[in-house]
Amino acid sequence: MDPLQEVLRQVTGYIYPNEVELHWGLLVVVYPYLTGLVAGAFILASLVRIFDVKEVQPTYRLALLTALAYLIVAPLALLAHLGHPLRSFEIFLTPNFHSAMAMFGFVYAWYLMVVLLLEIWLDYRKDMVLWAQKETGLRRWVHRLLTLGANDISPNALRFDRRASRFITLIGIPSAFLLHGYVGFIFGSVKANPWWSSVLIPVVFLFSAIVSGIALMLLIYFLSTLLRAKPVDMPCMDKLASFLFYALVVDFSLEMLDFIHRLYEAEESIHILSQLVFSRLFLSLIILQAFLGTVVPLVLLGSVSPALRRKGILALPEELRRLLYAGAAILIQIGIFSTRWNVVIGGQLFSKSLRGLTVYKMQLMGLEGLFTSAFLLLLPILLLLLLIYILPPWPESEQHVEAPAGD
Amino acid sequence: MDDSKHISPPADQPASESRREFLHTFSLAAPLLLLGLRISAIEALAAEPDAAYNAREHYYGMGIDVSKCIGCGRCADACKNENDVPREPYYFRTWVERYVIGADGETDVDSPNGGIGGFASKIPEKEILRTFFVPKLCNQCTDPPCVQVCPVGATFATEDGVVLVDNDYCIGCRYCIQACPYGARFLDPRTHTANKCTFCYHRVVKGLLPACVEVCPTGARVFGDLRQHNSPLARFTRFNKIMTLKPHLNTKPKVFYAQLDEEVR
Ligand code: SF4
Ligand code: SF4
Repeated sequence: MDPLQEVLRQVTGYIYPNEVELHWGLLVVVYPYLTGLVAGAFILASLVRIFDVKEVQPTYRLALLTALAYLIVAPLALLAHLGHPLRSFEIFLTPNFHSAMAMFGFVYAWYLMVVLLLEIWLDYRKDMVLWAQKETGLRRWVHRLLTLGANDISPNALRFDRRASRFITLIGIPSAFLLHGYVGFIFGSVKANPWWSSVLIPVVFLFSAIVSGIALMLLIYFLSTLLRAKPVDMPCMDKLASFLFYALVVDFSLEMLDFIHRLYEAEESIHILSQLVFSRLFLSLIILQAFLGTVVPLVLLGSVSPALRRKGILALPEELRRLLYAGAAILIQIGIFSTRWNVVIGGQLFSKSLRGLTVYKMQLMGLEGLFTSAFLLLLPILLLLLLIYILPPWPESEQHVEAPAGD
Repeated sequence: MDDSKHISPPADQPASESRREFLHTFSLAAPLLLLGLRISAIEALAAEPDAAYNAREHYYGMGIDVSKCIGCGRCADACKNENDVPREPYYFRTWVERYVIGADGETDVDSPNGGIGGFASKIPEKEILRTFFVPKLCNQCTDPPCVQVCPVGATFATEDGVVLVDNDYCIGCRYCIQACPYGARFLDPRTHTANKCTFCYHRVVKGLLPACVEVCPTGARVFGDLRQHNSPLARFTRFNKIMTLKPHLNTKPKVFYAQLDEEVR
């Protein structure tokens, strides 16, 4: 049967005829999820840098590379959902400066070129020079190429690197806020849609981004040490878990504020929105986002991590503790993905006539289908592996100028 | 804020002239009134050719008298024919809604196939308080959110007050569809570009009426030029209490409803 006909059967109440087709599908869910991870991972790395949090140092480079991998993939999700992907360059050529979406190109380019690539380059330059001296074959050439000919590793040059990199980090934090806050603005500024239209949306997006970024780094750090058969740095895990807890508390408070505010104001949309929450979004919002994705991790992290008490409210052995951390981080990822789903899909499941609800029929195949999205979620991991191969982020691969580099 | 602006932009004709025109129309016998509309359309056929068209001299809008609409759906059908709108029942540039408000205060709205082919009468299960039909279309907003959000400027407002989509330019991001508060837009499944009512711009610039206005048997739709004091629309907005849809969103629609019910959203 015609999929749209099928939707028509499941509509309750009245929706405008043109609303039978849902316009932003799974890909547009994936997009803010990915950029959120970028912003979150980068903000974590920056905090390490600026506030000099020693414990989390082992995740610094890993977080930068992760942010880069996810940043490269994020626009692919947007591109794939366009009706005319080949015309997308028009966003750069003739942008409409009133459009939040048109600004994407500039925010993105700024963040990629000025912030992330430069910071990674500055951080790795010394190592790349030294690696290139030691290595042979392709790796040598790749590293040599990546230094862009800047081979000076005198103490003066290195001091400059450090200072420049610190400066970039300082610009980077507001840029990361901008990147994801702006994604929230794309939705928050649509006055036609009462589910989206809220000043809080960009802020909520931002904090959920930080939460998802820290959770992701915790997972990646944990898995990478296990896979490399290295001892897990427990102070690092504990610190990450505490950060995660604090960020989650802020995120949760903001979400509750938004919720209470809507309930209290009780605008004309309140009836249809509460119907939406308790019927179409029950699983993804109440169960996945609120309960499994927020409350359970809050309780887990709050009781086990040193966030509230130095030894944790429940003092557990290290092995168990880090497993619980990883479990909480996975739940948080599911929760944040549901958050994006609830915003993007949820915002289209009710009619702007405020009189009815529709459904979303996910496709499996095709550019907008489940498989494309799954691929786009997997792709950053593959990219990250490649980046790790070229630029090993591990402490033991770091080079020191003092020790004469063997040739 | 100057609210009168979007109803009647600066007119260059003296008021006396329009009054004379009005008296003249009024002096016609009542049955001729309807015919009058037709004649103006026929006159328009012979009007100036394209070349002499100056967008700056016009500012279009539409009036809809809800009490006149009988829900025949001919407008929605004519629109699909005129503008090659996909025939499937979920793409419309204009459609008609039926409202049935029960004595218990519950409102039931439907628009089967956009009203094309009319509405099968329902056996009322409860006492009905009031019921009516409402034609809907793009409101050609004076401050159109769809234009604001289009990342490449493919959606734009013309000088004569019509919001159009450039098919060769639209990247199909569908942001405008999300931004339109009225559900007036869809993505054409054949071209993968945004599509919506153009007030039949191709006809209007030739002095013809939009197809929906042309076919409406009761004259529920009135098309006209807000810059001309003697246009049917100017009269419509002068002699009716006017409402627009979702005024709190400040889009300043140029589709003006007379006899609109508060239940209509
Ligand atoms: S009604 Fe919708 S499509 Fe028409 S001008 Fe207003 S916002 Fe744009
Ligand atoms: S779908 Fe086309 S007209 Fe609409 S906002 Fe995107 S580019 Fe502009």
